[in-house]
Amino acid sequence: MDALMLDGNAAAGLLQEIFGSEMTTAVGTCDGCGTAGEVGAVLLYRGAGLAFRCPHCGNVLMKIVVGGERVWVDFRGLRALELNT
Amino acid sequence: MEGTAVLGRLNWRAAEVVELTPETSQTKTITFDVPGWPGHRAGQHVDVRLTADDGYQAERSYSIASAADGPRIDLTVERLDDGEVSPYLTDELRTGDVIELRGPVGGYFVWNPHAEGTVFLVAGGSGIVPLMAMARQRALESSRIPTRLLYSARSLDDVIYRDELAELAARVDGFDVVYTLTRTQPAGWDGYGRRVDTDLLREVGPVSSELAVAFVCGPTPFVEAVASGLVELGHEPARIKTERFGPTGG
Amino acid sequence: MLSFRWPDSLLLVTQAVVRQSELHQREKEEEMPPISRGFRGRRRDDAPSDRVPPGQYVTDDFPVLSAGPTPHTPLDDWDLTITGEVDGLRRWSWDEFRALPSEPVTVDIHCVTKWSKLDSEWEGVSLDTLLDGVDTTAEYVVAFCDGGYTTNLPLEDLTEGKAWIAFAFDGEPLEPEHGGPARLLVPHLYFWKSAKWVRGLRLAATDEPGFWEQNGYHNYGDPWKEQRYWGD
Repeated sequence: MDALMLDGNAAAGLLQEIFGSEMTTAVGTCDGCGTAGEVGAVLLYRGAGLAFRCPHCGNVLMKIVVGGERVWVDFRGLRALELNT
Repeated sequence: MEGTAVLGRLNWRAAEVVELTPETSQTKTITFDVPGWPGHRAGQHVDVRLTADDGYQAERSYSIASAADGPRIDLTVERLDDGEVSPYLTDELRTGDVIELRGPVGGYFVWNPHAEGTVFLVAGGSGIVPLMAMARQRALESSRIPTRLLYSARSLDDVIYRDELAELAARVDGFDVVYTLTRTQPAGWDGYGRRVDTDLLREVGPVSSELAVAFVCGPTPFVEAVASGLVELGHEPARIKTERFGPTGG
Repeated sequence: MLSFRWPDSLLLVTQAVVRQSELHQREKEEEMPPISRGFRGRRRDDAPSDRVPPGQYVTDDFPVLSAGPTPHTPLDDWDLTITGEVDGLRRWSWDEFRALPSEPVTVDIHCVTKWSKLDSEWEGVSLDTLLDGVDTTAEYVVAFCDGGYTTNLPLEDLTEGKAWIAFAFDGEPLEPEHGGPARLLVPHLYFWKSAKWVRGLRLAATDEPGFWEQNGYHNYGDPWKEQRYWGD
């Protein structure tokens, strides 16, 4: 437990700006432990950028860096992302 | 998912302050008129952005306190003494002021009970705000879904929406409220007077077979303690939705 | 668990510079955001401008930022190592590390998230002390940390009085949330390079972008040239 951490839901606004749709209900599968869960339920840490971590194994699922007009997203910790349409 | 997805890009919208309502000594409800507001689901939040005259910006997220009400939304803000944004919102804002907000967002933490059973709302301090939106939405829909709110506050003076919660419970439509006052209790108080622990959750909450969904909101340490307590009592983790407000609670 | 490194070509494919042209167009079309009447924020406006890099705001606070949970390594289990392209592994236990000569350090620090803190007071062991006598042809360093964080720097940015392993801040032992028991302190670069919970330095012949450098943050990070992001 870390008093600083939030839920993925706290980044809902940023995620919607980047991806153009509601992302907190998308289901991600962790590439580390294989657990699946809603993006809104993952652990969110705010460092220089955002780090989304698996609540089961702590693996970094996604990193997001916002640099003015540019955004970088690293998905390597997500084996799959299932989006609702 | 009907109504949840706001497809396409979000923009920062101008929101005009139309009303300011003190709730407790540390909290205030700010009513905004937001032209073009698309409507929202109870439990969603907005990101608020303030810009100083030299371009310096600060952003924070606040849960929407009101049920859907046309172009108007309520935010109930707790003033944090060392906060950068909350004291501005509670002390400085006047009717007619315009700030920017982005939303509504957060489809993960919304009132949408579809499973059988009781909804368990657990609020720590200012975590009551999105859960109040849910209680208000439930009343608006004349829902009879059994819903219990466990509200943890430092004292009775820190309880937000107390009268309205009493009115909602008085409707006898399946909604009720249990308080625990963790720091000071008034004379003659016969309710709970301690921090939420597993025993309290067992006494107040539904058993795991009867839980439709639990929404837990408040400072991160509170949410952690409640969520792990519920899991300890046998509730399915997938039915426990959390909204952590961070170390200070917003 | 096997450590798996994605080949660089796949890295480029999976990292999306998302809708850059659309975002750029939208930014140009948006007007200056409305000013929030009377909003100042919690920052100082009295700092000498020659000490404030471009785009930074000065604060008296010390915001806590972290990419992961705060580690709590017991000091008995803690060590600091210098490894990689060196003649021999260097290792210090906590007691050995604290027995090394240390010095007070008063520096300005600059976070890429735009806050700067002037005259912050630390105590630490200079990297010159730790690297004393180390024989290497390496030109690069990767700092590695409890929790898995990494950052990369040229070796020459750690030497000649430019960097420390800091164990105290403001006269007190460094708190875990600020990187305690010890963190890297490299004040001439953006503060994400001052890796919290540092456990060692790996000297390498080639540059290896670290945790944030792999995903948008500038590989070097000079605040005076405002090198925040790739391509700056």
